[in-house]
Amino acid sequence: MNLNKPEPIVGGSGPDSDVVVSSRVRLARNIAGFPFVNKASDPQRHEILNMVRRCRFPEKTASDMIWVDMMQATPHDRQLLVERHLISKQFADESSPRGVAITSDETISIMVNEEDHLRIQSMVSGFGLQDAFGSIDEFDRQLAESMDFAFDERWGYLTACPTNVGCGIRLSVMLHLPAIRMSNELDRVKRAAQELHLAVRGSHGEGSEVRGDFYQISNQVTLGRSEEELLDDFCLKVVPALVNYERSAREKIMDQKPELLDDRVHRARAVLQHARLLGTDESLKLLSRVALGVCLERFNDLELPDVHRLFLQIQPSHLRSSIGDPQASDETLRIARANLVRAALSGTG
Amino acid sequence: MTCDHCDKPAVVHEVIIKDGQKQEVHLCEEHAAEAGHKIPVQAPINEMLTQFVSANVPGGSKKRRQGAKCASCGLTFTRFRKTGILGCPECYKSFDKQLGTLVSNAHGGGTHHVGKQPTGREGLQERKAIRQKLVRELDDAVASEQYERAARLRDSLMKLDTEDVPGKPELED
Repeated sequence: MNLNKPEPIVGGSGPDSDVVVSSRVRLARNIAGFPFVNKASDPQRHEILNMVRRCRFPEKTASDMIWVDMMQATPHDRQLLVERHLISKQFADESSPRGVAITSDETISIMVNEEDHLRIQSMVSGFGLQDAFGSIDEFDRQLAESMDFAFDERWGYLTACPTNVGCGIRLSVMLHLPAIRMSNELDRVKRAAQELHLAVRGSHGEGSEVRGDFYQISNQVTLGRSEEELLDDFCLKVVPALVNYERSAREKIMDQKPELLDDRVHRARAVLQHARLLGTDESLKLLSRVALGVCLERFNDLELPDVHRLFLQIQPSHLRSSIGDPQASDETLRIARANLVRAALSGTG
Repeated sequence: MTCDHCDKPAVVHEVIIKDGQKQEVHLCEEHAAEAGHKIPVQAPINEMLTQFVSANVPGGSKKRRQGAKCASCGLTFTRFRKTGILGCPECYKSFDKQLGTLVSNAHGGGTHHVGKQPTGREGLQERKAIRQKLVRELDDAVASEQYERAARLRDSLMKLDTEDVPGKPELED
């Protein structure tokens, strides 16, 4: 599988990209007449997979869709897809019949036989939930002309987990919140999010840890509210409020503790430019500070998308791909990671 | 919904059936902790759902609760309590009573779908509007003790609910 050719969605570009790394809309759908995936037999799972492969995708995406049969994919390829947010970790680890379809620009992907028969995802860089929803909504309408989705008048789209029933929609934004964390105000954000029925998670969704000050905020309510209402809440209230909160926290640090800020971002860059061995977690933490420094114009020779690209390139499977050794040991990766980051940040500083 | 002891939003909802009497308890994070409930700051939603299901199964003996089973896929409600995952679309009908309060609480009070319909089901919007009107009239009739009218409205509702749902048109091969 060659995932190096298309330009991945790395963040650092698009509206409000100083805080919003990426925006994602996911729809959960099940095909009528089949049990949910956890109760489906392998022949049924194969049948579902074949139905999706046979169905008519919208013309503009059908021609450039890549199909990945997860049964044939190597552990290395699976991990590549996880790192790129195109499949979930749970989906990568399963061993039953399942597959994923991905458009060449990676804006739309369809996991087949994850928790639900179909998990359709649209992702864009920066704050672009409306755009992401627009493309996935049209995609969903066209899919519904090829297959009958399990739907009930009262419950809406029927999903394996009742927490997704109704619209089956999950809106999420990946936020970079280093200043809120430095100001020790994350708990306030989490409490406010909880009151608004929003989930705050690590960068890889449910069950993932927070790394590099990246937080995924998503809706938990999918029943009793329409897609448009949920979208309006996110686009007009939740995300602008969080973006302003982070920007205010950044300004406050710049006003009140400029030396502390400068020390943190320059020290982070210095370590990254001179280290000879780098682990993933350490790199993420330091790159997060460099990204903050770029946003606050501390580094004139770096662009935000270049730093965000590094967040992806330093991940183990992407690194193994770039050095052409899918079996590379952790020690080899630590050396390769340090070399990669040092080369990328070798400006004048 | 607010906490029974203060004005903060309730995060723990309990339904206790004792001596045939139903009692609802709603507690905020702070008062839930005081009452001995463990609420993780950001538990995965499936985990929260499973906790909720385990703690709040309405009434009935253990045997009766275990007896709830989906006729289509064979999933028992006991099993659902452990995983938080249903077995098939029919489970929503099989466990309709048990899921009602549970799902509504997980969705901030939402009880009915109000969003998008799959292509070809647009006629359902009209049925939904009729249904809502009938439910309102039924509530009014019961409140004003017009029982004969209420019975007629109930029959109309039942008829509406059991009518064939207009499906999408057959696709050509």
